[in-house]
Amino acid sequence: MVRTLLVRGLLVGLAAGLLAAVFAFFVGEPQVDNAIAIEQAASQTAEAGHDDGAAPHSHAEDEAAPAHSHGEDELVSRPGQQAGLFLALALYGVSVGGIFGLAYAGLRGRVGPRSDRAFAAFLAGAAFVAAVLVPFLKYPANPPAVGDPETIGSRTTLYLVMVAIGLLSLGVAAACARQFPRYGPAAGTAGFLVPVIVAWALLPTVDEVPGGFPATLLWDFRVASLGTQLVLWTSIGVLYGLVTRRGAASAPMRDAVPS
Amino acid sequence: MNELAGSRPIPLSRLRPWLLAVPVSLLLAYLVTFDQGAVSQMGSYLHELMHDGRHLLGVPCH
Repeated sequence: MVRTLLVRGLLVGLAAGLLAAVFAFFVGEPQVDNAIAIEQAASQTAEAGHDDGAAPHSHAEDEAAPAHSHGEDELVSRPGQQAGLFLALALYGVSVGGIFGLAYAGLRGRVGPRSDRAFAAFLAGAAFVAAVLVPFLKYPANPPAVGDPETIGSRTTLYLVMVAIGLLSLGVAAACARQFPRYGPAAGTAGFLVPVIVAWALLPTVDEVPGGFPATLLWDFRVASLGTQLVLWTSIGVLYGLVTRRGAASAPMRDAVPS
Repeated sequence: MNELAGSRPIPLSRLRPWLLAVPVSLLLAYLVTFDQGAVSQMGSYLHELMHDGRHLLGVPCH
């Protein structure tokens, strides 16, 4: 039983990751490319300023079709990174899908709606809000060229703290809903929002968008990033509900009229 | 039908043997989102390969 629910989670996660990758490829990649162009223009200007006297134009020939890389060596070309997008989202989908399947097995019948389809949607929605939307609203996704490499450590920590607070707040929400069953949804919502809003207010703000970075590009990238996660979690919620319902329905109804 | 399928909780004792899947899944997520060679021993190769996915998933990158 648990095994079936876990394997379903892994497979649904894989499918959802690939769907999210298709969305990210068409909606997100143009913004990534635009941001990388800005990043390279900035670094080339900086280099040209350094070696005054040497012809700055030669840089363009040296770096024909440059890859976006964090260091000096280009390990993976841009087309390679775009293919890597599909690999990254597929693996990420499998990973969160597996955890989703186990959470589904552990929580079904204990919290939330009773029907399989409604519970799968409920669980995926809760996961999206707690682990994606809550950190996104405090520490939104950034395209290449935004963010100071010096602070990557503290920014990563803050991001993970925000994810953890979102997930723990789900536990607070469940406890509140159980404590005040007459006001279940309202108590659950309040139990979730109070710790989240306190954390939003108390944790330090990150303000590292370079001056002159196009605001429309930043906005479009962030919408594409949130959309990618939304496609992933919507797919998990809907697909998991569909396969679980089909699995549950097919066993006892094998002799029923085929529909 | 719907109600029949999913209203009884699975006993936690039956869940316990499968909990190992959680750290394994998290390791996989780590390789996608944060690894820079410390775990995978592949240098920055994985990091660069996953670059666009990491940005678009909203994880801090650089």
